[in-house]
Amino acid sequence: MPLDRPYLDIPGTTIFDAEQSRKGYWLNQFCMSLMKAANRERFKADERAYLDGWPMTEEQKQAVLARDLNRCIAAGGNIYFLAKIGATDGRSFQQMAGSMTGMTEAEYRDMMISGGRSVEGNRRLGEDGDAQPHRQPQGRAARAARGEC
Amino acid sequence: MARITASVYTSHVPAIGAALDLGKDHEPYWQKVFAGYEFSRQWLKASKPDVIFLVYNDHANAFSLELIPTFAIGTAAAYAIADEGWGPRPVPEVKGHPELASHIAHSVIQDDFDLTIVNRMDVDHGLTVPLSLMCGRLDPARDAWPCPVIPFAVNVVQYPVPSGRRCFELGRAIRKAVENYDQPLNVQVWGTGGMSHQLQGPRAGLINAAWDNRFLDRLVAEPAALAATPHIEYVREAGSEGIELVMWLIARGAMSDVALSAAGGATGTQARAPRVVHRFYHVPASNTAVGHLILESA
Repeated sequence: MPLDRPYLDIPGTTIFDAEQSRKGYWLNQFCMSLMKAANRERFKADERAYLDGWPMTEEQKQAVLARDLNRCIAAGGNIYFLAKIGATDGRSFQQMAGSMTGMTEAEYRDMMISGGRSVEGNRRLGEDGDAQPHRQPQGRAARAARGEC
Repeated sequence: MARITASVYTSHVPAIGAALDLGKDHEPYWQKVFAGYEFSRQWLKASKPDVIFLVYNDHANAFSLELIPTFAIGTAAAYAIADEGWGPRPVPEVKGHPELASHIAHSVIQDDFDLTIVNRMDVDHGLTVPLSLMCGRLDPARDAWPCPVIPFAVNVVQYPVPSGRRCFELGRAIRKAVENYDQPLNVQVWGTGGMSHQLQGPRAGLINAAWDNRFLDRLVAEPAALAATPHIEYVREAGSEGIELVMWLIARGAMSDVALSAAGGATGTQARAPRVVHRFYHVPASNTAVGHLILESA
């Protein structure tokens, strides 16, 4: 019997289940290594060489080098593990979360101060909320480029 | 006999700890968060427990992908503060209560809840931020937390995570265990995490104040019915990290009005609903809606 995975129809959201965990095992374990100050220094000195010490896929390594957290998550990463990369870079959880939306840091912070992102239109794929695939990336500049504002 | 006198519920946003550690707590942005805990700090001084049983989740600090316990109880004498990548928070070491923790593990496992017993574990912001919110800033060398703490870590990171019903029933088993402990200890159970938040993907920043406040209402008034809420509703309505709220049901299940009788059934209407002594809700702290409740046994 197939396992029940009812969470695949939520826009802009990847649930970290056994399948994602299997895919992202080494990416996430690499992130755990950054909890040691000495490893953070080694990583910063030569990121590529440090990553090559781990049995990660090339896509995972490229996603880390680009600091593209959406790509990291698609490749099996989980935000609490990926946060160790942000910590190594001196970035906060808010900066990391905001980076996945396409908004500028100020735009994301202002959205949170104004009460956060609305759930309306963002419950299921196929609705028209701001987290839906056809409205990415977010932020004023991207919306203007698409002719939305 | 030990008894559970109160339960405390609070978000455990890491940025709250950072704001306190960096002395930003008087900035207007953070003052709005800390103001909601001024009453709570006075209340905790006046109602100081002998032990806090603190339900939280580890955020890939004590547990990597090598080992993922669904429920882990700390039975150690002390716990070091985790380096989550920014360096350890400058807060006092956490002292445990090995005797009561071992007693609870023994009782709850015999009641069919398969806990993982942990004798060495660093504790992260999930445990220390609630303590900071309730105790204020403490000096890591000169000060101490007000009492021993039993860390109880729940996996809400990798699915499947435990159901709300399982958490609620576990809370009831914990109450039974505490009431069978033969020392006259005053125990509080704290449930932490939430409320609505999402830290990942294009949907990051999701907040649902209406859903959160309904959760608070129902947690007080009809916790057993609330415990039947499926995971998918938490994720859809309160964001992928809103799933942490299942942990609040462990603390709520430990209150007297929903206690199990000696025969194992519900006690019915003997005990009255708990008294709400404090309730607070604020958006935002970083990416997250902050919710907080204090319930006392009536």
